[in-house]
Order: sequence, then structure tokens, then C-alpha cells
Amino acid sequence: MADKTETDRGIRHEARVSAPGLRDWFVREVLPLEAALMQFLRRSSRSNAEADDLRQEVYVRVCEAARHEIPIPARPFVFAVARNLLIDRARREQIISIEAVADLGTLDIVADEPEPDRTVIARQELRRLQMALDHLPARCRQAVTLRKIEGLSYREIADRMGIAEDTVSKHLREGMSILTDALHGEPREERGRS
Amino acid sequence: MTSAHENRADMRAQAVNARAAFWLERQERGQWSAQDQIEFDSWLDETFAHQTAYWRLAEAWSRADRLRVLGSTDDSIAESASRWPQGLRIAAVLGIAAVIGIGALRYFQVTRTETYATPIGAREFLTLADGSQIALNTNTSIRITADQRKVWLDRGEAYFQIKHDVRHPFVVAIGENRVTDLGTSFLIRRDPGRIEVALLQGAARFGSKDDAHEADSLLLKPGDEVTATAESMSVARKAVKDLADKLGWRHGVLVFKHSTLAAAAAEFNRYNREQLVVGDAQTANLTISGTFPANDLSPFTEVVQSVFRLRVAKVGNEVVLARH
Repeated sequence: MADKTETDRGIRHEARVSAPGLRDWFVREVLPLEAALMQFLRRSSRSNAEADDLRQEVYVRVCEAARHEIPIPARPFVFAVARNLLIDRARREQIISIEAVADLGTLDIVADEPEPDRTVIARQELRRLQMALDHLPARCRQAVTLRKIEGLSYREIADRMGIAEDTVSKHLREGMSILTDALHGEPREERGRS
Repeated sequence: MTSAHENRADMRAQAVNARAAFWLERQERGQWSAQDQIEFDSWLDETFAHQTAYWRLAEAWSRADRLRVLGSTDDSIAESASRWPQGLRIAAVLGIAAVIGIGALRYFQVTRTETYATPIGAREFLTLADGSQIALNTNTSIRITADQRKVWLDRGEAYFQIKHDVRHPFVVAIGENRVTDLGTSFLIRRDPGRIEVALLQGAARFGSKDDAHEADSLLLKPGDEVTATAESMSVARKAVKDLADKLGWRHGVLVFKHSTLAAAAAEFNRYNREQLVVGDAQTANLTISGTFPANDLSPFTEVVQSVFRLRVAKVGNEVVLARH
């Protein structure tokens, strides 16, 4: 199978990967691919929620493999996993949309894109973070700002905003989720703010 | 495990993410009991879906700390956001951006004969089984043997920090030339028709055979810099500190000390697709000192523009520096 050589080429054998090692690798090598991965998965999904489910499944499969041997480089491996997942799904559902077929063909182009340099990534990230912050619901943004930028305690945030500490918690949970999608994936305006 | 996930409501990504956010926020709040830790650990251990959801959330939340560098206050966020893409504000955070870049570098184990290559503007850090390290600069290609004691530098520049092993000397081949480690940190740059070897620590031999003998090789000491072409070879003795400036790229920066603009431009052009062009001979001979991000021309061009009152013109893929 064509996928196999593609993934094998990148894999090197190593002792079983430790849990912290796996997390480090995932954060350093896999998460930066999320924007490209989501772009690919969303084209093959009927909804954002479905793309999120697919992303979760890709990450599960990637980590199950990486637990035994870290695939190097990560990028072709992650995209091969995504492609196989879509093929599995198409087989299971006995349907395959024309778009999905077209996407499978262009996947290699996506996977071979040169990575933008790290400085550019860092700048984009800061910009993206700030845009994401701007798009948070007002109260949620205020809570996140007071926590992350002003460094206030929950008590101080609650006092400043005139709300209960549990409500601060609620705002921060929401802020975490939205910032996570914005930072790792792409800004998704259509996703709504709830 | 995998297909079952997709059909269970509590394994939908949205539900998993909400649960991960619940845990992360509890930790953020700080009211965290031993019982919480037990429940959290067992939730985390259930599936990689939980782990990866938590990891991506925790990573984003911790990266959001970087917002603090912008120094925005509650009221000024919207304003600074609109200002953000332009002006010196970006230059001001570039130092931070460079540090973030370091965090994104790759460290991994080399365990098979393999080629490692970096594209323009990238860098890569390899760790060998014995702990020796090799840093690859922009546009560089090396091959490493399975026993990890021989490397071919086929193109570009690499910095070697080698754990010395008397019985298994570490050899770097650069075309017909060889550098044999004697307990060393050294930098090798290979350009077409030209090789530079700079020794920063320890000792090494420079010669033409894998098995270095004293008679036909040159013993390098810290500060030695060999320049070899097809026709000639020379050794200069420099301060180790000056040689260390050549290693700025490992941190994403270029360090210039009284460099001509022509030389500085040539350095930048190794790291960027956008190419600096010096428009006239007089401009080319202006000298500059300073530390600049390697992957971004604008801080450099802003400085030369204001200091030398040069004209900076973007023409397609080129940035032309010239007198008014």
C-alpha cells in the first residue's frame, strides 16, 4: 500500500515512548499541524463538530502509534493517518463524496507544503491569540484578560466584575476552549461563540 | 476502541473538550485536592482522546500567557489589536518571538542511517544515542551512519558537540576533507567550493583521511578557523567569543560585528526566500554591528534605513537597499 512506504520511511525504532515524552512530542510536532489538518478534515466533513470528532480520532490513532515509536517526521505520518481515517469512514458508510475523492488526491500537496519559518509562526500566533481574545464574548474576554494579562486572582476578578467566583470559572472554561481552537486550528468565525 | 468512540455521545470531541476544560480550569483555580488528582488521572488514562484534548487545551492556555508581553490592559486590547500588524510593536516583540521559535525546535533520537535536511530558514537539532548533538542550520543536508560515528556534510552548515570516544572517533566528511573529533565542539560550513571549520572547544584534526594521523592532518585548537578551497587552505586564530557569534543562528539570530552591508545581506539571504540586494558599491561597504532575527528582514532594514538613511525598496522577491 502506498501509505505504508510513506509512513515507514519516516519511522525510526526506539524504545517504548514515555508518557511525558509522548506529550512533549505531541505538543511540539503534532499540534502545530492542526491548522493544516483541520483545513483538510473540514473539507471532508459535513459540520465543524464532525471535523472536530475526526481530529480527535486522528490524534488517538497518532498517539497509539507513537507510543511504540515516534514517527519522524510527524507531518507525513499525521496526514497519512487522517487519510486512512477518511478512507475507513468512506468504506464503512459506503459513500464517498466527490469532494472527498478530490481531497484524497491533493493530500500530498498539502502534506508537502514547506513549513513557514518559526518566527513567522510565533508572530502569527500572537496575532491569532489577540484576534481570538477579541472575538471572545465580552464578559468572557474580560475574565480571561484579567486572569492572563493582569494576573489577578479569582477573588479579585470576581470583585472587579461583580460576579461570583464560580461564574469566573465558567467564563475561563469557555475562554480556554475558544482560545484553544483559535490557536491550534484556524480562526473559525462561523463556529459561533457559545 | 476507535470506531466505538464516534457513536458515543460522551466521546464526541465537544463533550471531551468540555470535560478537559473542566479539569484544566479546576487546576487554574488552584483548589485541587488529592482526590481531584486521582479522578483526573483516571480520566486522563482512559483514552488518548482525553489526553490529547487536555494537552491541546493546556498548551493553548499556557501559550496565552504570551499575551502578557503585549502589556495590554483590560481597556486597550481592542485598540492594540488594531495597531498590532504594523509598526514597531512587532519589532518590539520580535525578541520574544525568537524565543518562542526556540521552543518549537525539534529534538529527537537518531537511530538509523539517515539523511537529515533543512529547508531555507529552518534549523534542526539532532541528538545521538551517546548524547552528542548536531545542530543543522538553514538549507543544510547531512547523512549519518547507523553507528553514528560518521557524518557527511553534503550542504550547508552544522554545529557538532561530540562526546569523545577514543575507540570510536567521530568523523565528519566534507567532500574530500575530514574533521576528526578529539573531544570537541566545532562548526562546519560548506559552501560551493569553500569550507570553513571553526573549533570552539576541545580539539579536532583536520585532514583528508577517516583515520586521522598526526603526520597528515592539522591539529585544531579552540579559536582556530580553517578555510579551505580547492586551491588553498589557511588557518586563522580567533577569539572563541568571536567564533561563538557565528552560532547565533541556533537561537534564530544573526550576530554582526563590523560587517559590511554586502556581507550582512549575503548572510540574511541564506535564511530567507526574500532576498536582500545592495544597490551600489558605496552602500555595500557601509559596516554594521548588531543582533537581528535571521528570518525577518524588517528589523534589519528598518535599522539601516534610519541609521544610514538608505532607501529600502521592495521589488518582487527582492528588497533593495540603496542611497537616496
